[in-house]
Amino acid sequence: MTTPTWPGMQFGIFTVSDITEDPTTGRTPSESERIQATLTIARHAEEVGLDVFALGEHHNPPFWSSSPTTTLAFIAAQTERLILSTATTLITTNDPVKIAEDYAMLQHLAQGRVDLTLGRGNTGPVYPWFGKDIRQGLPLAIENYALLHRLWREDVVDWEGRFRTPLQGFTSTPRPLHGVPPFVWHGSIRTPEIAEQAAYYGDGFFANNIFWPKEHYQRLISLYRQRFAHYGHGTAEQAIVGLGGQVFLAKNSQDAVREFRPYFDNAPVYGHGPSLEDFTEMTPLTVGSPQQIIDRYAGMREHYGDYQRQLFLIDHAGLPLKTVLEQLDILGGEVVPALRRELAVGRPAHVPDAPTHADRVAAKYGEGQAPEAVPNPNRGDNLAGGPSPYRQPAAAGASFRKGE
Amino acid sequence: MTARRIAVVSAGLSSPSSTRLLADRLAAAVVRELGSRGDEAVTDVVELRDHARAITDNLLTGFAAPSLETAIDAVVSADGLIVVTPIFSASYSGLFKSFIDVLDPDALTGMPVLLGANAGTARHSLAIDYALRPLFAYLHAAPVSTGVFAASSDWGGAGDQVSSLAERIDRAAGEFAAAVAGRPAASAPDPFDPASYLGEGRSFNHLLGGHPGE
Repeated sequence: MTTPTWPGMQFGIFTVSDITEDPTTGRTPSESERIQATLTIARHAEEVGLDVFALGEHHNPPFWSSSPTTTLAFIAAQTERLILSTATTLITTNDPVKIAEDYAMLQHLAQGRVDLTLGRGNTGPVYPWFGKDIRQGLPLAIENYALLHRLWREDVVDWEGRFRTPLQGFTSTPRPLHGVPPFVWHGSIRTPEIAEQAAYYGDGFFANNIFWPKEHYQRLISLYRQRFAHYGHGTAEQAIVGLGGQVFLAKNSQDAVREFRPYFDNAPVYGHGPSLEDFTEMTPLTVGSPQQIIDRYAGMREHYGDYQRQLFLIDHAGLPLKTVLEQLDILGGEVVPALRRELAVGRPAHVPDAPTHADRVAAKYGEGQAPEAVPNPNRGDNLAGGPSPYRQPAAAGASFRKGE
Repeated sequence: MTARRIAVVSAGLSSPSSTRLLADRLAAAVVRELGSRGDEAVTDVVELRDHARAITDNLLTGFAAPSLETAIDAVVSADGLIVVTPIFSASYSGLFKSFIDVLDPDALTGMPVLLGANAGTARHSLAIDYALRPLFAYLHAAPVSTGVFAASSDWGGAGDQVSSLAERIDRAAGEFAAAVAGRPAASAPDPFDPASYLGEGRSFNHLLGGHPGE
């Protein structure tokens, strides 16, 4: 039941990997059960015609996703067209060298069906646990990404910064698939410097669009678009924007509200706070019939401009697997096909399609064959002999040394 | 010139409250003092009790409901701030602190503040100096040296006969009016203006450290 795909926008789901008691039964799944359930959810996302599955990263209970590339590689092996992504990858506390290696590796295993969203994380102790200082969160995000960006685009990197051991003659392996690094989204909910960073590199910007009123994200996205143009990557309308969102669906809205209310009232983040009614009014959370969800999310582009990716949070706060799979059935069966139709209408031709590896390879090499990295024999003299430990790719005459 | 905008935060829980009574007295005295200096002043009163649920929600969700957001905007964009809290268990009220906690930590930097408090007896009067003043010092606000404490007895004949409540209000209002009048009209920098977070005329390269001397 694959939905015909319109390349303009990608639709998918993102999960924070929380293991939360189901407030209606008092039952908490085991780590193993919840991990297996998430794999089932990801496979089903592809079955119902969604495009993207994105996974969070946490290093403390009650979350399980400490090692996202392991999980995403497993899902890649069990799916055929689903794009695997993150929400988010911690650019502050992970070593950028390991991110470069892990995600290039995943990119090869998934044959290009990989991108990632970088974020700073919101759990204070993760910084000291990984030897970092939370007060340096923003400088870490800026410096670490500068290094990651180079590691994926230069075969040999000499580097020295404030936060990491210097590198001399380091080559991150494997090289990005076809010499095209995974597409990067920068996620932030409040920090203008991160919007600036995304714009500077011509990368995507992702607003989680879950917990706050739209005005918070509007300011960031509009800043990102304006600065994307400022740095010469295209017009503001050509910037690459992704949005989160949160929905709970049922055939009719009363059933949706009745079923979701206990999960809302006890949810880890906003539970025991505002009422479901207030929260749905103030934030993009929409609880109701498929048509209500379609109307609300078809209207997002009025606030943020035409955009490229819409992810939904549908599996948190203790919702059982069976319910989540039903949510996916309605999302894939009714909501997303309608959103694809509606959002294609009136979309200006100059607004770019959602990024895919295939498109990025084609943009880089045109009709030519995309190269594959072939290392020279290494006797330890790779770096003395020339600019790269790799043979220059025969195809397209392209230099492997510089990125796009 | 445009009118000075004075925000008045009253953290009393009952209605009517003697906290509000003191807040109104302070506000009236400040308007009078500014007027005598030729400055027109308007006041925005924020009664925290009206926002009690929204303040708690904001603590949990990280964002303010629309009516609370309006109140916060009035406070952080004011030319000066009058705060009055009841003293509970030897300090400011929990509701008062919760409201302070939902403000951006930098939002009151440099803000002239008039500190007020009330309680049943004058034995709590130092709470202004050991509880409120350090809080506003932490926020880099600029509280004037005279704080006004009103015990229940100050509202009647048994009050302080040497330095009466009215005299203390006038003295504090005079100091506060001088601080407000000496300050350029409030203009909040836009945090989403690249000049604010990068510095005027700078590019992301400066954050990358690519420009020596930065």
